[in-house]
Amino acid sequence: MTAMPPRLRAALAIFALLALVPPLAHWIGQPFLIVIATRMVVFAIAALSLDLILGYGAMVSFGHAAYLGIGAYAVAVLSRAGVTDLTLHLLAAIGAAGIFALVTGAISLRTRGVYFIMITLAFGQMAYFFFVSFSALGGDDGTALAARSTVLGQDWLRSEPGLFYATLGLLVLIFAGLYRLTLSRFGRVLSGTRESALRMQAVGFRPFPYQLTAYVISGCLCAVAGVMLANQSAYVSPSYMSWHRSGELIVMLVLGGIGSLTGAIAGALATVALEEGLAKYSEHWRLGFGLILVLVALAAPGGIAGLIRRLKGAPA
Amino acid sequence: MSAPLLQVRNLSKSYAALKVTDDVSLDVHPGEIHAIIGPNGAGKTTLIAQLSGQLRPDSGHVHYMGQDITRLPMAARVRMGLARSFQLTTLLPGFTALENVAIAVQAREGSSFRFFRAAASERALNDQAMDALRDVGLNSRATQLAGSLSHGEKRQLELAVALATRPRLLLLDEPLAGTGHEEATLLIALFARLRSRVTMMLIEHDMDAVFRLADRVSVLVYGRIIASGTPAEMRADAAVRAAYLGEEEG
Repeated sequence: MTAMPPRLRAALAIFALLALVPPLAHWIGQPFLIVIATRMVVFAIAALSLDLILGYGAMVSFGHAAYLGIGAYAVAVLSRAGVTDLTLHLLAAIGAAGIFALVTGAISLRTRGVYFIMITLAFGQMAYFFFVSFSALGGDDGTALAARSTVLGQDWLRSEPGLFYATLGLLVLIFAGLYRLTLSRFGRVLSGTRESALRMQAVGFRPFPYQLTAYVISGCLCAVAGVMLANQSAYVSPSYMSWHRSGELIVMLVLGGIGSLTGAIAGALATVALEEGLAKYSEHWRLGFGLILVLVALAAPGGIAGLIRRLKGAPA
Repeated sequence: MSAPLLQVRNLSKSYAALKVTDDVSLDVHPGEIHAIIGPNGAGKTTLIAQLSGQLRPDSGHVHYMGQDITRLPMAARVRMGLARSFQLTTLLPGFTALENVAIAVQAREGSSFRFFRAAASERALNDQAMDALRDVGLNSRATQLAGSLSHGEKRQLELAVALATRPRLLLLDEPLAGTGHEEATLLIALFARLRSRVTMMLIEHDMDAVFRLADRVSVLVYGRIIASGTPAEMRADAAVRAAYLGEEEG
């Protein structure tokens, strides 16, 4: 076995630190920090899922928040019907997201570059307006959830640490799966297509089925984040799937560094932390956030992950 | 003579008023090295692009192993054993030299819908990729990123990738362009060794190499084949000398 790659070590360190949040938050008497940490982990899952297609597949989806919404509404719809089990919520979310991704992906992947961005944005907006007009589920206003999902009939997720650790567990699982996937045969074809689609065709690959598969996997995983987001806020609304949210997911990747998985996690944590931190000081916090993004784009292309690589002297 | 491996009939392609391929017909027989020569802008690369499936011809037909492949996409042709190398190197810059070749092995061996096992640990892929690198003399650079190789090394890698697809017919688009003397000598020796296994269609500006390697030479000028024959016949052909060789030498 060779030494553990730095990005894997960094991810494990992040997971370990996150696991310490609930006891620490209790210790310093700030239990609200657990709620923020849960949001961080939820968005880390969403950003990870986007990194698969954007970072590894060079498919810039500007409608990825649709899958957050699909996951969240799966919880709302099933809860209304009296189904409260988390596993069933996850399965329904993954199934619905998979179908949506299969159909919209098959169409979107006929386009390239800026047209791909625009068409994914259009599909995301269609999903958004579908739920806006869904009056049985509160339409524009959304709907509150009666209770969080249950696990094996138990309400373990009711406590904030319970929900946090469940979400963190999903993050670790998804990270591990994607980490393996990106190194697998499939992952090679996907990132090979990012480097040169022409070359991949010239050795005998048709990129489309691989890209579409990655697109579907990505959508399904993002829906998992949506399920946990609905649980965290006990509330579901179309705003989860607005294009602002899709843009925010891209921002997380840019901030953290695309195409390393670990960077996506770091970017999501940093974005949520900055939002929470800056919002405390001013309602115009987005201005400050924008400045930080400009600085990252100019001074640290490759994001947080790239910055750390360069500080350690390795080529970025 | 055996049935041709590749049969091109009346192939034409135009960009607006410009005929880049003008009624081209030619045969490539199994085991031969067929060179296409011609001045810059004669449409040689465009012809290869149509034979490999990168470009669609406007009219005409391409038959390969007796099958009409005119409308077949590039990936399908490669899987039938019709591979090409690119004049402007088309490598995966962020992949190592070995990975660039291994992905070609992977394309023809087993499913690539495998999501869990690390491809880098698959010995079958690495061994075959290493063999192809050794064939072109690049095995010592296996772990270098393709993007960091020298120009000549990229040419060698380009060829190793094409070989790793196990072609029956290899379309070579100026494989020697930009290589140093040493690398060129090595590649020419490689082509000579390969000729028993692989049929080749070769576009090349290095006339020494062409006349040393080719069994047949076709001369392409302004999209048309103006002459075709053995290297000796082409050397003697007045029209060819006027159109091309004279220009080159004189």
